[in-house]
Amino acid sequence: MNAMSRLLGWVDARFPLTTVWKEHLAEYYAPKNFNFWYYFGSLAMLVLVIQIVTGIFLTMNYKPDARFAFASVEYIMRDVDYGWLIRYMHSTGASMFFVVVYLHMMRGLMYGSYRKPRELIWILGMAIYLCLMAEAFFGYLLPWGQMSYWGAQVIVSLVDAISPPVALWIRGDYVIADATLNRFFAFHVIALPLVLVILVFLHIVALHEVGSNNPDGIEIKEKKDPATGIPLDGIPFHPYYTVKDIMGVVGFLAVYFGIIFFSPEMGGYFLEDNNFIPADPLKTPPHISPVWYFTPFYAILRAIPQKQLGVIAMGVAVAIFFLLPWLDRGLVKSIRYRGTLYKVALGLFVLAFLILGYMGTQDPNLWYVNPVSRICALVYFGFFVLMPIYTRLDKTKPVPERVTG
Amino acid sequence: MMKIDSWKKRAAQWGVALVLAMAGSGAFANPASVKLDHAPIDPSDMASLQRGAQHFMNYCLTCHSAQFARYDLLTRLGLTEEQVKKNLILTDAKIADYMTVVLNPKDAKAWFGVPPPDLSVEARVRGADWLYTYLRSFYRDDQRDSGWNNLVFRQVVMPHVLYELQGEQVLKAEEGKPGEGEHHAASLVLAKPGKLSPKEYDQFTADLVNYLVFMAEPMQQTRIRIGYGVMIFLALAFVITRALKHEYWKDVH
Repeated sequence: MNAMSRLLGWVDARFPLTTVWKEHLAEYYAPKNFNFWYYFGSLAMLVLVIQIVTGIFLTMNYKPDARFAFASVEYIMRDVDYGWLIRYMHSTGASMFFVVVYLHMMRGLMYGSYRKPRELIWILGMAIYLCLMAEAFFGYLLPWGQMSYWGAQVIVSLVDAISPPVALWIRGDYVIADATLNRFFAFHVIALPLVLVILVFLHIVALHEVGSNNPDGIEIKEKKDPATGIPLDGIPFHPYYTVKDIMGVVGFLAVYFGIIFFSPEMGGYFLEDNNFIPADPLKTPPHISPVWYFTPFYAILRAIPQKQLGVIAMGVAVAIFFLLPWLDRGLVKSIRYRGTLYKVALGLFVLAFLILGYMGTQDPNLWYVNPVSRICALVYFGFFVLMPIYTRLDKTKPVPERVTG
Repeated sequence: MMKIDSWKKRAAQWGVALVLAMAGSGAFANPASVKLDHAPIDPSDMASLQRGAQHFMNYCLTCHSAQFARYDLLTRLGLTEEQVKKNLILTDAKIADYMTVVLNPKDAKAWFGVPPPDLSVEARVRGADWLYTYLRSFYRDDQRDSGWNNLVFRQVVMPHVLYELQGEQVLKAEEGKPGEGEHHAASLVLAKPGKLSPKEYDQFTADLVNYLVFMAEPMQQTRIRIGYGVMIFLALAFVITRALKHEYWKDVH
């Protein structure tokens, strides 16, 4: 014991180990009223780690070569010991990453977590989301199946609609080809994971600077114990939230491994049927649809008849999230104390997002797909554009002094 | 009056669209208009899988490769390496070799117009029900170069390789109009019986499809078996971690 504390003293004289431990865990005071929605931040970190670790093992047997890529994935599935498990963990992990990130963002929308003083946390979070989309897009090409290939072809053709030379520069060829696969592999395994990890680090640094929001949307730092200076409604992150998050992790793993072991394709949503056909540049599949987490934006793209405008609308649909802290003029942060207007607006937005997501998986020749997508796109953009108006008009309720249960 | 009616119709259509939108079913996977029969397969039935493997080696692996699968895969079906070598490897391939075919893709393209697809993961592309129905839906069609057509896969290039077993089916000319709309009321009748009775042929195809499903994901049964253990472990872990959380949180008010 004495030796341990002497070692700790030796480290502390050279590195702020105890200080970091205290500032970020043992003496980081989080509001005591976190609910179910507050699991998804730590779960997103868990999934990031799972993706990195399984990704490292996949890289050991995957071959980023147009001639061997598809076969190497089947080799992993058949001949590598537990390769199938690692691959399913990675493919399911990609979808679950978006599940937890969407729920994490939903939490922010509900409790106003993007509001002052947390604008930078939100912006860094959105940067993570963009990075994650790019990471997923690059990774999806790697199995070199028909959907990998044609999905990438469609997305790069969007760039082509704006600037053909840039599209050529991205592909490194006139069509998606071996050169494209190689560079997408480089982005997927090195560039973007590095950026992701850095952004996640910054996201947490910014969070720990201002402190966590909570379901009541009030600042716990405003009511401190005069003797200790500790927020009255705050509890140390460790051990309280570490033990709570461990429980959350086990609950999440039950869902995650449930999918992996019993339905890894998730009915064609996590692993698409057509992606079990090797990429064929000469054979366009009759129906190309991206993986589910991109379909809301894909539906917006298709809903607009003019391609360049569609691309711009799709870009704006993602980028507009960055402005949220300044669009919201409400007097309160949390949905608990908002009036009917915001509740209805958020409800419609979520509904529109889900319907857009479904429409994006459907054949656009079905008569209802584009009209329904158009209405939902209007609702989607209306949520943001009209936000300064309806949040100001909204009849909010009085906010309590201290957090409630 | 007309206007109101069409408005009502429109509203009803929108209603249907919304319901469809909310239902979120995975039905988009199969564009075929033919109703698929349920494939009566049992992935734990080793005898059926062994028969299916034999059918596959005899009838499919002459034109279709399964280049991602090795012959030693068959030892997972309760067979010894000796049995596999003796009964199931019909070429001079070694047990650890991939299931390739001598048919050159270029020749195949010249002869058929399209090379026969590799069948390693075909069951994951099409699904068992599609394969089961497809293999039982060939019929005589003199318009086609091969003399065969298929209800599930219109204008299919592949001839009915199994016709000696199934016999020859013809399209029942009930609708009278060949061409458009024929597949709506399509029904096939056996014009010339084959070596197998219809019931035996159904069993034959079911065994073959069972094998194709196995070959597409050989670890499926292992995956599910491990899955039960993992679920039990996680359920116990949840009970324990939940108790731990409550123990710590007792003093938070």
